[in-house]
Amino acid sequence: MSLVFAGACSHAPGITGRASRAEPALRDAFYANLDRMRQALEDSRPDALVVVSAEHFANFFMNNMPSLCVGMADSYEGPIEDEEWLGIRRARVPGNAELSQRLIIEMMNDVDLAYAQEWKFDHGIMVPLHFLTPRYDVPVIPVNINCQGPPLIPLKRCWAFGRALRRACDLAPERIAVVAAGGISHWPATPDSGRINEAWDRAFLEKFLANRREELLAYTDEDTYREAGQGGFEIRTFIALAGCTEGSRGELWFYAPIPIFAVGCTVAVVRIAPLEKERE
Amino acid sequence: MSLYYVQKLIYELNRDPAVRRQYEQNFEELLRRYELTDEELRAVREPDIGLLYVMGVNGQLLMHYAALRGFEWDAYLEAMREGERRYGPVRTGLYKRAGRS
Repeated sequence: MSLVFAGACSHAPGITGRASRAEPALRDAFYANLDRMRQALEDSRPDALVVVSAEHFANFFMNNMPSLCVGMADSYEGPIEDEEWLGIRRARVPGNAELSQRLIIEMMNDVDLAYAQEWKFDHGIMVPLHFLTPRYDVPVIPVNINCQGPPLIPLKRCWAFGRALRRACDLAPERIAVVAAGGISHWPATPDSGRINEAWDRAFLEKFLANRREELLAYTDEDTYREAGQGGFEIRTFIALAGCTEGSRGELWFYAPIPIFAVGCTVAVVRIAPLEKERE
Repeated sequence: MSLYYVQKLIYELNRDPAVRRQYEQNFEELLRRYELTDEELRAVREPDIGLLYVMGVNGQLLMHYAALRGFEWDAYLEAMREGERRYGPVRTGLYKRAGRS
């Protein structure tokens, strides 16, 4: 069929793990927009949900670190973290190994990928699923972009991955949804946890929502680290989605810094337009 | 490369139930599997979360080790700040790139 849904949201563990410590009105408004996203996702009737996220040393370490990895299993388990710490019960999440393999084979025409037949989801995927598929009833295809252990994949390669994913989705008979899950500016798990650069976030989101490729790819890791912290490297997930939805515009449904969640909490959806001609 | 092994120890402790059991049953035997300096061994054993942070251990690994050792969230953040006060800025790794502003 094709890509039937595209969206982006935050995945910070505090969103569920420290829920009781957030300002209730702000937290509930954020949750309400995540639920609105759940409804939109359900309305798109997806056969599978691709989650493009950035994991945090749950499966991948510096002994063998892939820049891009796609899951290829019929089920996954998560969260790998302590259930009490994250506030999410451990569960088995359905996958679709056969569909994963078809997408991977197609994408390999354009990008180099690792694949994994075993994958324990951390908060990077479990927090979005907790809100978007709370019954774990949609097969998930996880994608990891290494945003934690430099050297990191260049932004232009994230865009290229997104385009390759789009082409693969458009060739598959299934209805496929894609959600990017990452932070914008944040300094997670450091003494600066809770710091959020709202101006930087809003400037990035404006470029993301307008799908301005050149401006998105002009970010450098040096500038991002200085202005948006090491968590800012996760813009790679947004940029992959922008590549996947090239030529489309997005809508921002929610953005607010929630310091105890350690991130500018974001919910955005993309109104998917057909892909234009091949870009060299 | 020693930071690598401190982080690998914590990575495996965080994700592998068998390693977690060994930690509970015989921590010293587990520590012998990794190439750690005396300072690193002290920081891991004590634990000195602040020193581990200053050594460059990534917070995405360290926050789980801190939780395992009984640090609540605010205590974890404060331990890193105390580490900076006692030992100075982060020495290596991701957080040394530009320092804290």
